[in-house]
This record gives sequence, C-alpha cells and structure tokens, in this order.
Amino acid sequence: MKKKSVSSSLSRRQFLKGFGSGVAGSVALNKIASALPLQKTLEKAANDANRTPLNLSVNGKTYRLSVEPNRTLAEVIREDLQLTGTKVVCNHGECGACTVLLDGEAVYSCHILALDAEGKSVTTIEGLLGGEELHPLQKAFVKKDGIQCGFCTPGQIMAAQALLLKNPRPAKEDVLEGMSGNLCRCGAYPKIIESVLEAAKTD
Amino acid sequence: MADSKIIKSKYFFEEDFTEELAEVSANKYADWNKKELKVVGKPVSRVDGYDKVSGSAVFTFDVILPNMAHAKTLRCPHPHAKIKRINTKKAEKIPGVLGILTYENAPKISWYGKSFLFDPHLRYEGDEVAFVAAENERIAEQALKLIEVDYEILPFVTDAAEAMKKDAPKLYDDGNIRGGKPSVYERGDIDKGFEEASAVAEQTYKTQVEIHNPTEPHCSVVNWDGDYLTIWDSTQGVFSVRDRVADVLKLPASRVRVIKKYMGGAFGAKLEAGKYTVMAALLARKIGRPVRIALDRREMNLSVGNRPDSVQKLKGGATKDGRLTALYQYSYGAAGAHPAGAGCSWALRTMYLCPNVKTEEYTVYINAGRARPFRAPGHVQGFFALEALIDELAEKIGMDPLEFRIKNHTDRDQVFDAPYTSKLLLDAYRVAAEAIGWKNRPQPAGSDAGPLKRGIGMSSQIWWGGGGPPAYATLKLNRDGSVRIIAGSQDIGTGTYTILAQVASEVLEIPMEKVEVLLGDTAVAPYCGSSGGSTTAPSVSPAVRDAAEQMKAKLLSGAAAHLNVSESQLVYRNGVIHTKGKNKKSMTIREIARKMGERVLVTTGKREANPDGYAINSFGVQFAEVEVDTETGKVSVKKIVAAYDIGRVLNPKTLENQIHGGIIQGLGFALFEERIIDRNTGKVLTTNLHDYKLPTVKDTPQIDIRIVSKGDSKISNTGVKGVGEPAMIPTPAAIGNAVYNAIGKRIKSLPITPDKVLTALQS
Repeated sequence: MKKKSVSSSLSRRQFLKGFGSGVAGSVALNKIASALPLQKTLEKAANDANRTPLNLSVNGKTYRLSVEPNRTLAEVIREDLQLTGTKVVCNHGECGACTVLLDGEAVYSCHILALDAEGKSVTTIEGLLGGEELHPLQKAFVKKDGIQCGFCTPGQIMAAQALLLKNPRPAKEDVLEGMSGNLCRCGAYPKIIESVLEAAKTD
Repeated sequence: MADSKIIKSKYFFEEDFTEELAEVSANKYADWNKKELKVVGKPVSRVDGYDKVSGSAVFTFDVILPNMAHAKTLRCPHPHAKIKRINTKKAEKIPGVLGILTYENAPKISWYGKSFLFDPHLRYEGDEVAFVAAENERIAEQALKLIEVDYEILPFVTDAAEAMKKDAPKLYDDGNIRGGKPSVYERGDIDKGFEEASAVAEQTYKTQVEIHNPTEPHCSVVNWDGDYLTIWDSTQGVFSVRDRVADVLKLPASRVRVIKKYMGGAFGAKLEAGKYTVMAALLARKIGRPVRIALDRREMNLSVGNRPDSVQKLKGGATKDGRLTALYQYSYGAAGAHPAGAGCSWALRTMYLCPNVKTEEYTVYINAGRARPFRAPGHVQGFFALEALIDELAEKIGMDPLEFRIKNHTDRDQVFDAPYTSKLLLDAYRVAAEAIGWKNRPQPAGSDAGPLKRGIGMSSQIWWGGGGPPAYATLKLNRDGSVRIIAGSQDIGTGTYTILAQVASEVLEIPMEKVEVLLGDTAVAPYCGSSGGSTTAPSVSPAVRDAAEQMKAKLLSGAAAHLNVSESQLVYRNGVIHTKGKNKKSMTIREIARKMGERVLVTTGKREANPDGYAINSFGVQFAEVEVDTETGKVSVKKIVAAYDIGRVLNPKTLENQIHGGIIQGLGFALFEERIIDRNTGKVLTTNLHDYKLPTVKDTPQIDIRIVSKGDSKISNTGVKGVGEPAMIPTPAAIGNAVYNAIGKRIKSLPITPDKVLTALQS
C-alpha cells in the first residue's frame, strides 16, 4: 500500500473540515437518492414542477433559478449560469479546481448542493474582475506565471483570494497551508507560491 | 527568398522514429546573437495569461453549443469478459435519453489493431460497452444503470510476470507477449565486456504504473453540419485526431475540422484520437444534435493511458579505473490490454560510453487499461534503474559517482554512430555539483547521524527533442501593421502561444501586442506535428522565424517600390524602413500595408531540414537533496539542482515553470504515485485523486535551475531543443540515489514509500 506524506494528507483533511455544509450536502444527496425509486427520481428530475426555487447570489447578482435539489453548486454555476471559469476536475472534493468563495470562505463547489448556497454570497473567478480589468491577484498570477495549462488556475486563484482575505500578509508557510487543498498536475507550484506572495505584497 | 525543397525527414518523436516527406525551408539566416536579442530569450509574460486567470479561457470542457446533448460511457466492471447479451430497452425509455450505441448497432470500426471501437470481447475493467446520449449528464448516467448486460466472466491476469507464463489466461489467441518475442538490441560483445570487467554489479529494479491524470478530462464536443464534422477536442494533436476520425468515418479530411484552443494538461495521454470522440460523432449524426462527452476521474484512471510498469534486471561491468565495459538489460513491462510500447532501454543504450551492450525487452499484455506515451516514455523508468546501477558500480570500484559518469562521457551517439550537434553535459555536471554542494554529501552512505538523515544523489539525462520538419507557420500582415501567426501546432500549457509571438516580434521588430497567434485548428492552419516528444518549440519556432523573415523581405521590396530606390539602399530598423545616408526617407510597416490596399501580405515559413550525419539530443543532470525520517520512513525532497543543455532558451519564465513541473511530476513518481490493482479481483483500487496520490504544493522542494547552453545553430535558425521531457527524466533516479546516500540502503522499487524505507532500514 502507498502512503501519502503525513503532513500533506492531514492538511487536505483540515482543508475539508472547513466545509460543514459540503459534507452535509453529500449526505443529503444520498438520502434523496435512496428514498425514491430510480424511475421516480428520474421523472421528478425531468419534471419542472419538482424543481425547487433558488435565489442564488453570484458575483453580486441575484439569479432566480429553479433547480433539482440534487444538483451541486458547481453544476449550477457552470451549466445554468454558464460561468465556465469554475472547473470540475475530480468532482469528489479532492482537488480544489472548483473552489469558489461562499461568504468569503473557500469551498469546493462540486461538494456542496446549490440549494445550500441560498442566502449566501458566492464569488467565482469571473467575480474577481472589475469589468474587463483583472484583480491584482489575477495580475500577480500573470506576472509571476503561476499558470501552466490553466485548468486548475481559477481554483488556485480563488483559494488564494480566500487566504488573502483572512491573512493579507501571509508568510510562505501560510501560503503552503492555504493552497494545499488545490492540486496542480502541471506542477506550477513554485510559481503559484510566488504569485500569491506577490499579490500579498502589492495588494 | 522563399526557397524550399521536399525531403525525407526522419527524427525521434517520443520513443520512435517519425518519417515523413516534408517541404523544408532552404533559407539561411544569421545566427541570433543573444546580446542583440530584444524579445527572444526575455522573461515575457504569457500572452494567454489574461484568458487563463480571468476564467474566460474556453477549454474543450467548457464548450457549450445550442441544443447540445451529453454523453456517458458504460464501461466493463470486470477485468476480462465477453458480452453474452445486451439489452438497452429500459434505458431507452427514460425521458431525456436520446440514443444508445453498442456493438450491436454501431459500425464495426477497427481499433487498437486487433480490436474494435465496440468489441464484445472486453479485456480490462473500463473497456467500452455502450455509449449513451441524453439531455444532460445525469440522465445519461441513470441510463447506464438500466442497460442490462450478461457478461461471460473470463479468467484474467493483471501482472506482467504472471502474464508471461505459458498457462496464463490469454488476452489474444497468439499469446500475451507482444510480437511473440523480445525486442533485442546488441552492440559489441557482451560476454567479452564482462570478462574485461574487474567489478560487476547486478540488480533488479522495478517501477510502477503511473496515471497521467491531467486536470481537464479527456473530452470532445462534436457537431455535424450535413457531412461536415467539427470537433472541439482536448488534444495534443489536432491533425492526428482529424486524420484518424476522417479515416474511420470514411470522410475526406477536408470535411473534418478539429479545434483545440486551450487544453488542461495531457502529458502524452492525449496524443491520439479517443474512442469517445468517434462514438460521439456516430451518435451525434444519428440523433441530429451536437454531443459533448467528458470522461470522469474514474474513467481517466482506468481507460485513457498510463506509464507502463517495468521490471528491469540490469548487469554492468567496469574496470578498476572506471571504464564501463559491459551493460546488459533484461526487462519487461505491461502494455495493458492493447498494443503499446513498454520498452525502457534507451537510457542504457545511449547515456554512457560503453562498447558492449545488450538489451532484451518484453512488452506484455495484461487485463488493464492500455499504456500511452507519458512524459519521456521509457526514459523515466530506464534512468531510475540505470543510474542506480551506475552508483552501485561506482561504489564497487571505490570511485566518486560523478567522476565515474564523467569518465564514461561520450560525444558520439553510439546507436547511430554519429556526433551530437552539441553536448554540454560536462558543464552541466560542474555547475550543478557546485550548486548542490556535492563534495559535502554524507560519506559513506548512511553516515548522517539522524534520526533525520540527509542525503544527496544525482542522475544524468539524455533525450531527443530536436524536432524537425514538417512544421509550417503562416504569417498574415494586417493593414494596420499588426500580424497574425497561424500554425497547426498546439499550446498544451507550455507557453507555445507566447514563444511563437516572441519570435515574430523579434524578427519584425514590432511590439508583442501587435502579434496574435492562432494554433490548433485544422481548418485554417498549415500542418504541424502533435505536441509531444519535446518537439513543439524546436519544430515550430524556426518555421515562424522563416515566415517572419520572408515577411520582412516582402516589406523591404514594397518600400523599395514605393520609394523608387533599390532594396540595397534600405535599412529595416524597429519596424520602420529607412533609406541610407542623408535626406532619409522612411516607411512604417503600416504605411506599406496600407499602400497595398486590400492585398494582405501572407508568407508561409517552413522548418528547415535537420543536419545530415548528426544526432540531436538534449542533455542534463539533476542533483537531489533529501531528508529521510528514519523513525517514520518518510522521504522529503529538500532541494533539486537542475542543469541543462537544451539549446536556446526562448523564454526563461515559461522555461523555469516547465522544468519545475517536470521535477514535481518526477517527485510524485518517485515518492507517491501508483496505480494499484487488486490481484484477487483484477480491479483498480486507485481511481480518484484521493487514492491516487499526486504531489501537493507542500511537497514542493527548493529548485535551482542552470542553463549551460546557448542556441545550437546546427539544428535550426532558432537553435532550440525541447525541455518538457528532459525536465522529468532524472528526478526519480536522483531522488532514489539520494535516499541511498542518506540511509545506506537501496530502495529498488518505486514509489519510495515509508513502508519500503522502514523495511529497508530494518534489513
């Protein structure tokens, strides 16, 4: 069997701990799935009348939606609002690519039901922009090249934003801790660290 | 100007020769002098940075078309089975299901040589059984659950050593060994070589299966307009996908357009057309709607490639004064259920001077997902074993491992008996050894007091990555003096958009903002090869320089005509053309363009031929410093020093990033990553990103990069060698040797997990 370094796996779990609603969400999902026979679930899903109304505040704008209760926040952001900057990589709360802010806290949007975001303020990567102008944090990622393929980048930036909101002057150790819930398969980590530290300097 | 000819071009792409006819440029340009360059070689920020940080970059995964349907694939839950009966009726009745394909209703399309797009003989857990399109993904997923399949469960084998045995369950009628025999390479006289040796080391090393796990899943969005098919694909090779799809669907290539603007990683797993792309095209045609198919993480870990494992029995001999006399390798690796390369002997054949070499390699079929090229295929595995053996031999003859490597340095390729165009490995050894503090490493191995034991290890590296023709780039001049480069290459996250813009900006002496780059569209771009083999920058950047230089010549010609002077009287400086001497007259690019009315100037640049009689290779070395906790068995990589001869650096910022990435992937391979199959059930246990362990930001070591090369003018007009794969090759080997240096025990199989370290410490 393989073992992950103790500190890293701990930190991932600690990162997850912050998301009470995310965990509760997945429990709720299981309950719904097991409470109804499959065919009925499908009929309900296909039937608009069985959707639940949702007022969702995303990037300062309130959307009046009607969604199936089992849909995740990531799905609604990407499919209903067509804000495709938020990415889904693992869809299991393991990689951080779908990170958005919920009332200023970083959450994995693949791991939280859309309905659970009602009454809260959601910020996605698009919400950091001022018109077409990049946020200073986004500028720092370009300047320090905290990017390779770019697919995990929105999640990385949102995790960094949550970190900087809490701790505007993080030490390198704080950055490692704050960013440890976001995987980058290209391995751009050294420049991601530099980007966050740069943003902390200029912000 | 604009001279060209057609040649037979042959160069290494991944682990094999690629051979094609290519139209090449015969234009000669002055070598770039690094000191005079204004844009090339500078740490320019990525031109696509805005798109990637703002969320506005549209990846294939993000493409949304009107009336688009969503597809999902039913995959075999068994490692080996045959479909006895399949019934899709219940699934078809679900509201929102649009169509289902199985082997019963899909055309019989040949795939993987001996198999089919839909094959009732299922050879691994994850093999494709059915393909469903529905109004949304969730409905498609529910439909999968209602497809009834009766499987005939067959005996399976998921281990290469077991599969090689005579009585093993067979994947194919002619047995589990690909080609029925080993691939053999031999030079000199191996027996004589071992007779000459005063020290012999013999050891078996093993490496694990690694999964690419790019962040963006394998995905396609397909759309038909009558008989015209457009495919947005997450791919490293738009032309390779176009040709394969056109071929199997029997369409003219002109009727298939493949587009890839941004792609979320691939590392070799997206070099070929996916079955899912063809299935989506077939079903889209049937239901008359665009279809999107995106694999989920489980499918990514089962079905779309891996780095094959290896068992390498190595034997090496050396004289007392440190001369290698013989190197022998017997190895086998699992291709998975379908043909793929699992060889790993190039390291041993090419890295060090050795007259007597023999390798025997078996590629074996097992009931698991098929291998694909993965960043430096064969080399990452081969170097882990070779470099351990070299260290063991050095210890046997009592020589410093670095000195031993220097002693066996060669300036000639021994397989093809040709000199290298350039090889600055000795410089790389020198600067890197100094930077890591090689002299201060613990001696003897394991002598650090502990319990945290420090160690330093090294590994050399060789790769091809010289690229070659055919590669073409079109340059269009707009009326306002801005330009657009159009090339059928791809930016896979390495910065290709940026470096190509830099080359045009340099030649035409115009700001980066005036250069746009369009890549990855077979309908509009001239051909370039797939982005793999570390060939993109070395193949495509010279074509862009050729196009830009031709454009410059046209501008001079235009200015001469307008100003009524001969071209010899004109000077091109900072994008402005002046007459020489007093009473200067001048024209800007914009003015020339505007004088030409609507006639837009277009040039097409071509990669020149590689030089005859030379081998083109990149070289490098990495030194790793590790800390091993002898109480927990945990290995931490503290520092990596990487020194490279990779020709000219076009952009140090993106180059550093790419080398960082290679090192971190190498670190993951060395310490964490492993596909694990339960031998009792034949099922993969590591199908998500929690069980399959990737390095995190916290595992990042300090990284010190030294580039010892300048442009290699023998190769091309830009003098570039690729760095993508070289960056990863030496990392696991250097870490392995550093762990030995720290604890005095050798871990002979990857990944080096705490349990292996503790077991070794107690032995």
